Amino acid sequence: MASVSDAELKNMTQDERARALGMTTEQLTGKQLYVEFDPDAEERFTYPWAPEVDFNKRTELDCDGKTTTEVNSSIRDLMAKGYGTIVLHNPRGMHSLGVGILSKLNLIIEGSTGYFTVGLLDGPNVRITGRVGWSCGENMMSGTIMIEKNAGSTFGAAIRGGDLVCRGSVGSRTGIDQKGGTIIVGGDTGALSGFMMQRGRMVVCGNAGKNLGDSMYDGTIFVGGDIKSLGVDAVEAELSDLDKAWLTRKLTQYGLMPDKGVDHFTKVVAGKQLWNYDNLEPSEKKLIL
Amino acid sequence: MAGTQYRGSEIKDVDQFLNDSDGLESEREKEIGQHIGYRYDVNLVPDYKRITPFLSKYMEVMGWDDLNWLEDVHMGYEEGAAAVFDRNNNGWVRVPESVDLPDNQQDRDMIAREFLIKFQMSDRHPLVSLRKAYMKF
Repeated sequence: MASVSDAELKNMTQDERARALGMTTEQLTGKQLYVEFDPDAEERFTYPWAPEVDFNKRTELDCDGKTTTEVNSSIRDLMAKGYGTIVLHNPRGMHSLGVGILSKLNLIIEGSTGYFTVGLLDGPNVRITGRVGWSCGENMMSGTIMIEKNAGSTFGAAIRGGDLVCRGSVGSRTGIDQKGGTIIVGGDTGALSGFMMQRGRMVVCGNAGKNLGDSMYDGTIFVGGDIKSLGVDAVEAELSDLDKAWLTRKLTQYGLMPDKGVDHFTKVVAGKQLWNYDNLEPSEKKLIL
Repeated sequence: MAGTQYRGSEIKDVDQFLNDSDGLESEREKEIGQHIGYRYDVNLVPDYKRITPFLSKYMEVMGWDDLNWLEDVHMGYEEGAAAVFDRNNNGWVRVPESVDLPDNQQDRDMIAREFLIKFQMSDRHPLVSLRKAYMKF
């Protein structure tokens, strides 16, 4: 592949860029990508394109009078200048604040925010002193998010990794389509929490609404209080010593460890009754054909 | 046909899918010709006594108190070889045969996490070229 400068790439169309970088649009069905680790790979801890930021370099940003795009662009500009700790003031319920940050960062939001707050994160540590609206931490890949008050519905929707913590209570459908990571709720969670969960762990220190873990494929839900009802294919399982140790460590880490410990938590997992492989039933298909 | 019973095989041995690449143990798996379920315990939580120095340093650099998203990363087995699923690449990345695998899943998982980070952060990761091609300038 010929080397192409960023300036040259900038002047190309997306299709031209893809071709210049050796990519094609051919049909890949049936082909296999074989990739192997390099045991002697260089030690790196951030993506090659990530800005070098220093947690000790701190700045503040007033959101008043700014649009979401302006605030999010300012966060990127500050990171490019090496700021590793950014404090946002006066968010005033702004939506989609702090989304798509793919590098390490300490982000502190002083106040309450609207929907899709800090979605699509990959790396940052975020603390929000107020409340958040719907879908906080949606599609998060890694990092930590701490909400000091309550959160709306679909908290941590489709989260893939990292720790998403709400000290207060959250709405319904918490962790819907969760694919990894940890969601911790200090208070109660609403109906259909863990709906279609595929991986990861959810901890609810208070009560859970009806249909908990409905249609969950895998993953684990721990509930400290009462469960209104379990959803389809969600079943109780035995709390192991490793589970207890993990719960104790995580809850202590976020200051949410109950006074009575973790022995009372109920563990909920998939019953695997919905693990169907019907579309791969050659014998039945042969019979039909 | 919702509501069928789970008819996959159980994981009994750490080398099970190295020795049996097809993983067709149960009657149902033999019938459909495909392994049912995962080839490792997706819910296994890490034992921090076994953490590697590299991973400890990674936690420190990122400002995390634990392995964070890496808690969900495990050593898997694909086509009879040890491999790790890379979510950024949406595919398996093989562990070279020259690497000696420990005799337990916890230590294997730590190696998997270390390899995955080094690969994802390297210039040879496919995401580097993809980003150049498709990023918005």
